[in-house]
Amino acid sequence: MNNEFNANHLLFLLHGAAWTLGLSAAGFVGGGLLGFLVALGRIAPSRLCRGLVGIYVQLIQGTPLLILMFLAYFGLGIMGFDVPPLAAAGLAMTIYTSAYLGEIWRGALQSVPRTQWEAAECLSFSPSQRLFLIVVPQALRIATPPTVGFLVQIVKNTSLASVVGFIELARAGQVINNALFEPFLVFSIMALLYFALCYPLSLWAHALEARLHVGRRVPLGT
Amino acid sequence: MNDNTPLVRLDQVQKSFGTAKVLDGVSFDVHRGQVVAIIGRSGSGKSTALRCIDRLETIDGGSITVCGQSLGSASLDLRRLRREVGIVFQSYNLFPHLTVAQNVSLALRKVRGKSAAQAGEITERVLCQVGMHDKLQAYPEQLSGGQQQRVAIARSLAMEPQLMLFDEVTSALDPQLTGEVLKVMEKLAAEGMTMILVTHEMAFARGVADKVVFMHQGQVWEQGDAGILGAPRTPELRQFLGNGL
Repeated sequence: MNNEFNANHLLFLLHGAAWTLGLSAAGFVGGGLLGFLVALGRIAPSRLCRGLVGIYVQLIQGTPLLILMFLAYFGLGIMGFDVPPLAAAGLAMTIYTSAYLGEIWRGALQSVPRTQWEAAECLSFSPSQRLFLIVVPQALRIATPPTVGFLVQIVKNTSLASVVGFIELARAGQVINNALFEPFLVFSIMALLYFALCYPLSLWAHALEARLHVGRRVPLGT
Repeated sequence: MNDNTPLVRLDQVQKSFGTAKVLDGVSFDVHRGQVVAIIGRSGSGKSTALRCIDRLETIDGGSITVCGQSLGSASLDLRRLRREVGIVFQSYNLFPHLTVAQNVSLALRKVRGKSAAQAGEITERVLCQVGMHDKLQAYPEQLSGGQQQRVAIARSLAMEPQLMLFDEVTSALDPQLTGEVLKVMEKLAAEGMTMILVTHEMAFARGVADKVVFMHQGQVWEQGDAGILGAPRTPELRQFLGNGL
């Protein structure tokens, strides 16, 4: 690399941004699947189940993502597992995301009145039909805006994956800056790229929220 | 089951919420084709008794038999019980994310395994029965309370239950809307449906019920044909009717 910021550097940053997106997607998909189980565990009839899953959520929410990254990479490494940085970062993001999405979705599921479960039960729907046909569709409406909002947190927090040597946007910026020593320029571009990733998500979340509040169906013509 | 076996039998039913005893030895029978009105003050246990019949509440003592199934037995098939028993709630409890037609047809397809065409046919028929067939594509929140309640009745009817339970279904409605719901229930009764209703509508109980059960302090205080409303034997029923009307 030359000592002037050029197109190659920009490409390197964009490449890093793509990995940021990829890691975000992995964290969201993995964390979403695990988070759904967390949400179900938190509303399960079994008190033991609710308690154990509750402890999991408290533990994860009370632990910095940075520590989760270290544990996933170095911790598993010490235990003899050879974990590539991408897998370690993906695992840490998944666990971190599951605790937060799980709680968001638990709240959404619980906001559906108990009587809806009851009415479904009285129509002989099976427990899984009650959940997926009656309760989840209603909870989705409530859960979507905060879920999209949390996506922004996921994208920004992938920057912590740089500590395990995963070259996403933040790490790419550091690498370039170490070569050029143009911190203001490099980090500004980095910030802009993060902003370009997050701002559309924020807009989307706001739009969804607005639709939830004012977009109620109007009465049929009288 | 021969015709002398009651469709529903409550025998010495006991039920407590914590330390509060809500049902204290409740017994009554309901025969096929009968309309039974359960009346009483708030807190007398009448809604709880009704909910026990659909096993939305479990009981602490005594026994309940519904459509030949003992609710206390370990081998009770809850889903089979719910297929025989329809229940309509005070707060309608329609599914807000589904249209009127979907509210009625969902269980037909997913529980009864009907094809879309069969389910559609039944849906139209039962919605016709309650006078809501012109609102198939409406969502519950676009309907009045009385309309929602009629859809809720249709939703239960579609499952072809042997027994319908009505839990204060008109309590949230103004007099005019109450009238339209009661008319539907009256028609059902005339068609021979077995019905148990918890109600505050004394005129309706007097006109439609074959049997009136007056509950007081978790007990069946007085029961008999609708005539007991005209000639109460106990001072409690006399006072209840005096206040209620």
